[in-house]
Amino acid sequence: MSAIFFLIACSGLIALGFLAAFFWASKTGQHDDTYTPSIRILFEDEHHQGIEDNLTDQAKGHEE
Amino acid sequence: MDRLIQTATNEQCFHCGEPVKINTYKLDEHLFCCLGCQHVYSLLNNHKLTDYYRYNQHPGKQVWTKNDDTYLTDPVIADSLLDFKDTQISIVTFYIPHIHCSSCIWLLEHLHQLEDAICSSRVDFLKKQVRIVYRHDTCTLYKLTTLLTRIGYAPHISFHDTENNTQTTQNKQNRLIGQIAVAGFCFGNAMMASFPEYFGMGNFEKQYATLFGWLNLAFALPCMGYSGREYFISSIKSLRRFRLNLDVPLALGIWILFVRSVVDIVQRTGPGFSDTLCGLVFFLLLGKWVQQKTYHHLSFERDYKSYFPVAVTKIIDGKESTVALADLHVGDRILIRNNEIVPADAILLKGDACIDFSFVTGESTPVSKVLGELVYAGGKQIEQAIELEVVKPVSQSYLTSLWNTEQNQERLERFSSFSHTVSRYFTPVLLTIALISTAVWAMLSFDDRAWGAFTSVLIIGCPCALALSSPFTLSAVLSIFDKHGLFLKNTLAVEKMAAINTLVFDKTGTISTIYTEGMTFTGDLTQTEQGYVYAVCRNSNHPQSREIARILNGAAVTNALLTAYEELPGAGIKAQINGVAIRVGNARFVGMTNIQHPSSGTHVQINGVFKGSFMVQQRWRNQLGTVIQHLEKEYFLHLLSGDTDKDRDALRKIFPEKTPLYFNQLPTDKWNYIRKCRRKGFRVAMFGDGLNDAAALKEADLGIAISDDVNNFSPACDGILSGEKFALLPSYLNLARQAMKVIRISFGISLAYNLVGLFFAVQGTMSPLFAAVLMPLSTVTIVTFTRVATLFCAYKNNL
Repeated sequence: MSAIFFLIACSGLIALGFLAAFFWASKTGQHDDTYTPSIRILFEDEHHQGIEDNLTDQAKGHEE
Repeated sequence: MDRLIQTATNEQCFHCGEPVKINTYKLDEHLFCCLGCQHVYSLLNNHKLTDYYRYNQHPGKQVWTKNDDTYLTDPVIADSLLDFKDTQISIVTFYIPHIHCSSCIWLLEHLHQLEDAICSSRVDFLKKQVRIVYRHDTCTLYKLTTLLTRIGYAPHISFHDTENNTQTTQNKQNRLIGQIAVAGFCFGNAMMASFPEYFGMGNFEKQYATLFGWLNLAFALPCMGYSGREYFISSIKSLRRFRLNLDVPLALGIWILFVRSVVDIVQRTGPGFSDTLCGLVFFLLLGKWVQQKTYHHLSFERDYKSYFPVAVTKIIDGKESTVALADLHVGDRILIRNNEIVPADAILLKGDACIDFSFVTGESTPVSKVLGELVYAGGKQIEQAIELEVVKPVSQSYLTSLWNTEQNQERLERFSSFSHTVSRYFTPVLLTIALISTAVWAMLSFDDRAWGAFTSVLIIGCPCALALSSPFTLSAVLSIFDKHGLFLKNTLAVEKMAAINTLVFDKTGTISTIYTEGMTFTGDLTQTEQGYVYAVCRNSNHPQSREIARILNGAAVTNALLTAYEELPGAGIKAQINGVAIRVGNARFVGMTNIQHPSSGTHVQINGVFKGSFMVQQRWRNQLGTVIQHLEKEYFLHLLSGDTDKDRDALRKIFPEKTPLYFNQLPTDKWNYIRKCRRKGFRVAMFGDGLNDAAALKEADLGIAISDDVNNFSPACDGILSGEKFALLPSYLNLARQAMKVIRISFGISLAYNLVGLFFAVQGTMSPLFAAVLMPLSTVTIVTFTRVATLFCAYKNNL
């Protein structure tokens, strides 16, 4: 019977954890700019730039 | 005029996309329009940053003459602009108007490749800001701005930036989000704990009812105490002023919900209404958030501080030094260079002042001042450097007083929003119903029922859906406007827009554009001569010269050797090109005395022979005639212009007979006029552009600034309308009025829900489940209805 008390306590704690996570995210400014990251993610990684250039060149070659 | 514009080549500048006139600037098989663009390219190329050109075509901007920001070398001024500084690094946030595409983000976030001292940089695209972290031992703020300017991203720094005051609104917003999060958390968990009750419990489960009840109460507490506390504060405030705003019935509802729940749970007479309470607070806060959601890309609170520079050059004992504007005192001697703004009312001591007051007075022609004459703050010097003595502090100058006129005299504020009007009647009616039903049950001596009926009526009558209909409709309208080039400050502006019946227009910059594409040339110029005139005018900063240079841009001649260049203030320019004497200027300057309109136009004389004149023609906004025709049917129109009445005849043809047209209006005249109109009972909207309208814009019920570049400075107002969207004005006004209809209909719907609920509530037998279902149901109905209806209205108005 006490299982249900335990489970309720658990669910409450987990929910509180998520609430705390949200507050932390909000406080560290993760919701401040929700637009720029969507563009930023499309930039190519510089370290692989050389390889990717080659790949695009090859792709162009195929098209031709 | 078409004859003059040479057919340009199809080549576009690799950097900025401007058409390429001469094939002189070429690097790595890319063509450039000018040396500036080529420099930027080679700089980026040297630092392996050419990816900049991969993400977008022609992402750059032509680099114009650099603003003088040597004041940034002053450590005190520089520090006032910093966000943060420790022993090693500094953090600064710049506002860069040019940020417009993904290439901009990419380049600005790779600044560390250009300058080693930069640790990192991060762009906020919507706010057009870049936040740079750099090591200040090897790099200065001045070096940073110089670097940014060199690559075409000149930051905009103004006096306003030195005072950080944007923090408070941001905090408020964060707080609201926190409150929503808590309310949402409580709402979800209270629902969970209420489920057993909803589905009915067997005898075995009954033992848990108390536990769930207390759990629910535990969730209701933070929801009311933290999330919903603003409602209590606001309603107490309004009661103290003997007013009933919409927060009063809301706070009453929340409070009754809580009390009833506590009583039920403590006495074990029922499960309580905690889930309804949490849901109510959650939805209400969502509505509030929607209403507060602002559009970051514009600032409506700009005042003279954003127009003024951060610092000014002061002359002490014949030596020049830079001082912050805040440290400028009466009696100081200041130096104003070409294109700088006079920051305080001052007396001219030295030099030829030719001041462009277009932003302050709306007068397009520059004004010449003689020694000893008073120069008002806000004017821009367009000739050589001048020296002035400050006679009034910055905060008390003529320009600043335009902003503060309003504060001295009580502003007539008659506007009350729809929900405020309704809430005045709502609470008394609700309380009456509650008291009557209580009294009836008490007389029939059903004491339990009396208490039940009283609380149920106040719970079910809580105007949740009503409180949401305004914010959701108005914010939908706001976002539609935003998409189509009208940026309003807040949702209240939409309501004001629906209520106005009088429109007052300014002329210059408002119904006419600043671009004078209608500049015409009468006379005869050969191809080479056009090139010569272009070469001469290109060197001047005078608005007329710049305009001529812009029009003759196609006529550039190579190897034009410019000698003996001289610019005479208020007269014209003379120069020699390849031995040919050229004079461009006013009639007297080129020796013409027999021209019909000696004052107007810019004339050209080559080798002593008169060649012709450039005439500026005012160009009206797109479809001005149609817009006015639409508007005159439903609104009283007025026109106030700071300019002379030279366009009276043209305007008479556009505006209907009865429209009053006033010319030569000073800023205070405009302000007075609006004031008088409002006194007579008209609800006035003012459309203006520059600073000269600032006072009038604020005085009007609705002040809208029309701007050709919305990122440019515009005075404090309720909204900014992008100039190219002027033709949509009737649609905007229509949509605003239809939105109010949508709000009224949704108010009717929410009332219907309330009435159905009241039918059960007065019987005193309403179950918590009923309330828990009815409340979200009405909310969802209202939110869906307002959005769909608003979108439909927008579609009907072609928005």
